[in-house]
Amino acid sequence: MLEITNLHVKLEEEDKAILKGLDLHVEPGTVHAIMGPNGSGKSTLAYVLAGREGYTVTEGSARLEGAELLEMEPEERAAAGLFLAFQYPVEIPGVGNMTFLRTAVNAQRKARGEPEMSSGEFLKAVREKARELKIDAEMLKRPVNVGFSGGEKKRNEILQMAMLEPRMCILDETDSGLDVDAMKLVAQGVNALRDAGRAFLVITHYQRLLDHIHPDVVHIMADGRMVKSGGPELALEVEKNGYADIVGEVQA
Amino acid sequence: MSTAPRPLTRAARRAARLEATAERLDRLALPQSAGWLGRAREAAIERLRGIGLPERRDEYWRFTDPAKLIAEEAAPAEVFRITDEAIVFSDIDRLKIVFVDGVFDPDASDDLSAEGLEIARLSEAGATDIHWAQEIYGALEARGQAPVPRPLAALNSAMADDGVLIRATGKVARPVSLIYRRRGEQAEVMLHHVIRVEPGAEMTLLENGPVAARYSITAEACIAEGGMLHHVRAQGRDHQRSGITHFFARLDKGAGLKSFTLSANGRVLRNEAVVWLDGEGGSAHVAGAAMGAGDFHHDDTVFVTHAAPGCESRQVFKKVLRDGAVGVFQGKILVERAAQLTDGYQISQSLLMDENSQFLAKPELEIYADDVKCSHGSTSGEIDPDQLFYLRSRGLPEKEATNLLVLAFMAQALDEIAREDLAEDIRARLEGWLARHRG
Repeated sequence: MLEITNLHVKLEEEDKAILKGLDLHVEPGTVHAIMGPNGSGKSTLAYVLAGREGYTVTEGSARLEGAELLEMEPEERAAAGLFLAFQYPVEIPGVGNMTFLRTAVNAQRKARGEPEMSSGEFLKAVREKARELKIDAEMLKRPVNVGFSGGEKKRNEILQMAMLEPRMCILDETDSGLDVDAMKLVAQGVNALRDAGRAFLVITHYQRLLDHIHPDVVHIMADGRMVKSGGPELALEVEKNGYADIVGEVQA
Repeated sequence: MSTAPRPLTRAARRAARLEATAERLDRLALPQSAGWLGRAREAAIERLRGIGLPERRDEYWRFTDPAKLIAEEAAPAEVFRITDEAIVFSDIDRLKIVFVDGVFDPDASDDLSAEGLEIARLSEAGATDIHWAQEIYGALEARGQAPVPRPLAALNSAMADDGVLIRATGKVARPVSLIYRRRGEQAEVMLHHVIRVEPGAEMTLLENGPVAARYSITAEACIAEGGMLHHVRAQGRDHQRSGITHFFARLDKGAGLKSFTLSANGRVLRNEAVVWLDGEGGSAHVAGAAMGAGDFHHDDTVFVTHAAPGCESRQVFKKVLRDGAVGVFQGKILVERAAQLTDGYQISQSLLMDENSQFLAKPELEIYADDVKCSHGSTSGEIDPDQLFYLRSRGLPEKEATNLLVLAFMAQALDEIAREDLAEDIRARLEGWLARHRG
């Protein structure tokens, strides 16, 4: 599904290397978690995959189902099936949440040569999915993320993911700023989307989200590359002993 | 700066200006008007002789060169043929009053008699001895000459060829729609309208069309106690035209005004709005959305006076500028001593689509009452890269995402249109303009 090979990335403005030869292989139907200390490059990886400006790829490749992501515009990546749930969802005053969702769904369909969704179909789908995430009608009418609480913003990300039905979902610290109930809702939303043809990359600081979204593989990231990979037990080890031991052990 | 060898004294400059103005006016022939209108024209021309025509060095014209507007001969402008879309307001049920090259066209216009309305042509009513409009014609314009002179409004009162006089006596749902068609025979058009909304009455005035290569349109509106005037204007898309409009409004106790203007293209266009809140509890909203590319200079000059207590006013102006376009906003809220509990708000914002375009703003508050709430803000910015990336990451192509953000930027101004069908129509014009321009 997602094949990242020897990825090197630096910040455009500062000429500072952030990712230093990162490798990652995600199979369809699996959930991979990436954990790591602050500054290890986790969010940079998410942004680079989604196509945000401000980064320079100096080496390596990132392929989604065989297609080179790094050569595509952000909207092409989205149409190809990539989705990033933002750590800090952006507020867009003046654009209604519903309008935004429908425009996005139909833009992707158009890019893939599929027929647009009728407003009836769309409304039905969005209402059903919003209900599952406990997003009320009022929130759908409001401008995108404007005046939303932290939990509402994250649920809104999951709603977009559910509507867009991407193949490769990246969740960038989706648990940050959430209380336990909100985190459960978000995890339920994610789990409902798990299927054989879809993969997830869950970036998180803490193990607690992984109690609700069970990963198949856990990676520890430090200083711009993966330093250790293992099963779910790796996350528990981090929770117990912190990153210092693992990172130190690898670097020693 | 000036290339004059010796700086003139202030008095000498004024004398030179008045002399030049007088020479210019002596060559003009006032339109023939027998009745009250003739007297109003004479009075206006005298006012103008005392003020003089505007000059670039005037503070009030600092950002907009009046040269094109006052040149003796109007520059010709290509007639812009709209073939790619329906004309604005065409789906709205309305009473149409059509001017072709500035001349009222009775065949193209609807029957002017309608319940709750009295409508007359300026050129006909002006010849009578007595008419309700005579108390207003030129009177609001004269009041508007202080504290800042508006010589082109006085010139319009003196010279306007035609116009309509509209009196609303009841609540009228069907808008009165002034349509300014252009065939191109005449380069210059001056129109002058008078509107009176009687106590408790309500009406909607629409204006659209290219008018002429150069035009001056003045409207004077009196809104009596509890009356309401809605005004929605879409200024034609001609690229080469130049124009100036003056919209004077006086509001009595509890009266309301909502005025919105959409402007696209045009070489030089200045819209002045002058509003007096004379009675307690009045509410005046003046808003505008302008977009231009390249050889485009658009100026909104607004002056709202709170003369009575407990009134509310809003000024909301948005401009989208690209390829070297220039936007100007001069807006003032004047709160007189008597106007306690004033609620005044003013915002002017521009979205600059590139580094060549510029926005010049002069927001002003002048407050003499001590218990008021007034705020103003002015910003100039570009498309937010984080918002753009967020939209693109959800699959919106760059141009579509940009257009959505431009519409979002304009939304606050469009919110000032009360009627949803009119707002929707204006939104469609905006979308059309965006679709025709690169992202």
